[in-house]
Amino acid sequence: MKVIYTDVLIIGGGLAGLRVATGVKERGHNAVVLTLVPPKRSHSSAAQGGMQASLANCYMGEGDNEDVHFTDTIKGSDWGADQEVVRMFTHCAPKAIRELAAWGVPWSRVQRGEHTSIINAKKVKITEKDEAHGLITARDFGGTKKWRTCYTSDGTGHSMLYAMDNKAHEDKVEIHERMEAISLMHEAGRCYGAIARNLMSGELVAYVAKATTIATGGYGRIYSVSTNAIICQGMGQAIALETGIATLGNMEAIQFHPTAIVPVGILTTEGCRGDGGLLLDKDGYRFMPDYEPDKKELASRDVVSRRMTEHMRKGKGVKSRYGDHLWLDITILGREHIEKNLREVKEICENFLGIDPAKEWIPVRPTQHYSMGGIRTTYKGESQTLKGLYSCGEAACWDMHGFNRLGGNSVSETVVSGMLVAEYISDFCDKEESGVNIHGSTIEKFILEEEAKLEALLTKENGEDAYVLRRRMEEIMMDKVGIFRNGKDLQEAVDELEELYKRSKNIEVFRSKSRAANPALVNAYRTQKMLKVALTVAYGALLRTESRGAHSREDYPRRDDANWLNRTITSWPNKDQTMPTVSYENISISNMELPPGFRGYGKDLTDHHPETLMRQHTVDMLRENLERKNASRFEIQNALMPYIDKLPLKYRGKNERLGEKI
Amino acid sequence: MNSVTEKPRLLKIHILRFDPHDENDFPHMETFEIEEAHGMTLFVALNEIREHHDNALKFDFVCRAGICGSCSMLVNGRPTLACRTLTKKLDSDITLAPLPLFELIGDLSVNTGTWMRGLNERLETWIHDKEQELNVDKLEEKMEPELADEIYELDRCIECGCCVAGCGTIQMNPDFVGAVGLNKIARYHLDPRDKRSDEDYYELVGDQDGVFGCMTLLGCEDVCPKDLPLQSKIAYLRRMMLRTGLK
Repeated sequence: MKVIYTDVLIIGGGLAGLRVATGVKERGHNAVVLTLVPPKRSHSSAAQGGMQASLANCYMGEGDNEDVHFTDTIKGSDWGADQEVVRMFTHCAPKAIRELAAWGVPWSRVQRGEHTSIINAKKVKITEKDEAHGLITARDFGGTKKWRTCYTSDGTGHSMLYAMDNKAHEDKVEIHERMEAISLMHEAGRCYGAIARNLMSGELVAYVAKATTIATGGYGRIYSVSTNAIICQGMGQAIALETGIATLGNMEAIQFHPTAIVPVGILTTEGCRGDGGLLLDKDGYRFMPDYEPDKKELASRDVVSRRMTEHMRKGKGVKSRYGDHLWLDITILGREHIEKNLREVKEICENFLGIDPAKEWIPVRPTQHYSMGGIRTTYKGESQTLKGLYSCGEAACWDMHGFNRLGGNSVSETVVSGMLVAEYISDFCDKEESGVNIHGSTIEKFILEEEAKLEALLTKENGEDAYVLRRRMEEIMMDKVGIFRNGKDLQEAVDELEELYKRSKNIEVFRSKSRAANPALVNAYRTQKMLKVALTVAYGALLRTESRGAHSREDYPRRDDANWLNRTITSWPNKDQTMPTVSYENISISNMELPPGFRGYGKDLTDHHPETLMRQHTVDMLRENLERKNASRFEIQNALMPYIDKLPLKYRGKNERLGEKI
Repeated sequence: MNSVTEKPRLLKIHILRFDPHDENDFPHMETFEIEEAHGMTLFVALNEIREHHDNALKFDFVCRAGICGSCSMLVNGRPTLACRTLTKKLDSDITLAPLPLFELIGDLSVNTGTWMRGLNERLETWIHDKEQELNVDKLEEKMEPELADEIYELDRCIECGCCVAGCGTIQMNPDFVGAVGLNKIARYHLDPRDKRSDEDYYELVGDQDGVFGCMTLLGCEDVCPKDLPLQSKIAYLRRMMLRTGLK
């Protein structure tokens, strides 16, 4: 039995995981990172367009600050987000980006003087201030009031991840590559690490730790077409679920990105539209202004994806052998701009479509992209129910995105949540109570359990083919738990998924019986876990009889604050149950800084909660009073919803901006 | 007649296979026949083989979009990213082999991660700035926009290992840092945030294992999937190192 002890075990080597690792390391705790692939190959690298942080350096970002970023994010979430968490996030995003700048990210910078941008299909002259020259610039993204999305061309995630991994090298963070966590060890309500399987040799290793962090990203690959990397299979959520104690939040909140290329589903960044690109239908007609006259192509992602789908349902899609699609036109941006700021998009178009996007339109359609749901945690990133288990980044639901995430807020979340959670974990590890009190026999029990499961898969006869179950699951999710949902389809989806889950207990690994590197074995155990995750998504979607953010029910088109202003909490307390257990966590209006309102897209279809009016009144009165007394925006904010005490001391300082000295 | 109604080609994919964990196995070629589909990439083709012909076939894909650098292999003898290689650009006979020089995990899967990590640690590919205590509340340090763009240009390396596999020098001297290493030095040398001196860089790569080892065959530049300016950067580093060495 191989056992490795460390202070902090981090599962996942993307931006969030690495940022936790360097953070705890700097606080004097040992850290081991387990990754499926070398960290620089993580899905973080695929983030193209940028990172939101309210720096307000460029002309179109002037006047931006934490307040504006906060409001955009809450509206984007359709009031599903935790407002205190969003405050913590927007406060720390400028700090995180400045830290990354110091660590080597070559952020694109403001160039003084006049330049031309394309805004609403017209050339517009913009003049940048002298004093902003050389500071980090930003581009426009959907659902934001200001240009706030900072970038390095369209390789933002790549540059961030490389800087972050290099920082981890410098800090001598121990990274164990091709090690897959397959179960969490816990005893007496406390998590003590994980059992991991070496993907090269097949060896099982017990990693015992004071604190365990899951930073494994999303679960997009339960869908047949997703922009996600193929390793985004929800294994982090699954092993948390399998403890029977940890819970998941809002698993049904799935984002579809408007512009993935057809048919392979590779992303073209929102930066295409942010920089002035247009969506066109089969007649070359620009249809978005008809649906969303105000924000047009730059409405929130969930809105644009729905409008595109509606438009295609009217017969306006372009027919292709892979079904209907629409066009993304970036030719109007000009070759020079594309070759400088949209290089990955250009490479993708050339390599996968054989077209030149400076001359030709790109075939696109909405495609699964992001998991708002994940392991439910407190604002400290700790599971609400399993002590010592932490989670951050896309893997978690702490919950800053509610039912829809804004573009540019995901990579931003990875580094911000990573830097915060690292501090909270370090505080925990500094305390005596963090001591490791797991029995050797318990560790052995967990290893033996996993060995037995693998053995069963390899020795089973006349069992099920994992590929067959998995492909069917992917189809069901795609066809019945997609952009538009309805009760009938969802019920069918849940019923069939439960059937598939039952069958998955009988999976047999055909032909390939190796215990070492063996893709068939990997596919077998991951399929069993993915089916559990898929069930939490489909069942949550079936039960939520309202439309909120990316969760859109055709049979319940209204947002129902009176009954559904809550988070879906899913768990799997008993190994033998074949359906997840669902409960709800109320979202309280009484302490909201921004009480529920209308997002400003289409018709207002909100059934308000009786408390909303009252809270809105209180907020208005407080604000009015303080404004009369010339209170600062910080004082007003603090009166409405204090949060600053929740932050680690080192991150409480105000953010300097050109127009806002500290 | 358009391509929709044409009969699809039958692809013969010849794969160099070996499982080092299997005592009875030895390196051998195996051929799989699959029907070509519209827009098929090697990512699609290999997954089809795994799903329908041999579920033990080992290969590595992560982003499958040409971004993460996981899937480099020899396609008809040439190192490249398999995920973005369209089969229609190849003959119907396709030969695949694992990237040479890296530890073999099995079949087409190699361990580039450990090699790249070793390289990064050896060249200390991070910003060296011990002087400055960072205050994250303050405005970031300014940088000329063109300089940021130039750094990004070199920062685009995805550590795929193609340049290493295409390098003649490294075949003879396994300690050679390769174009990937030299490009990283060029990148940090360009970056004013890294306070290392020319002498510091000379210590790292001013020898036969570094910039003076390169035989200038420049296979690296030919095969780099990101079209990095490796040739000009190696030449530049060489002049810079020579100047520093002669000081």
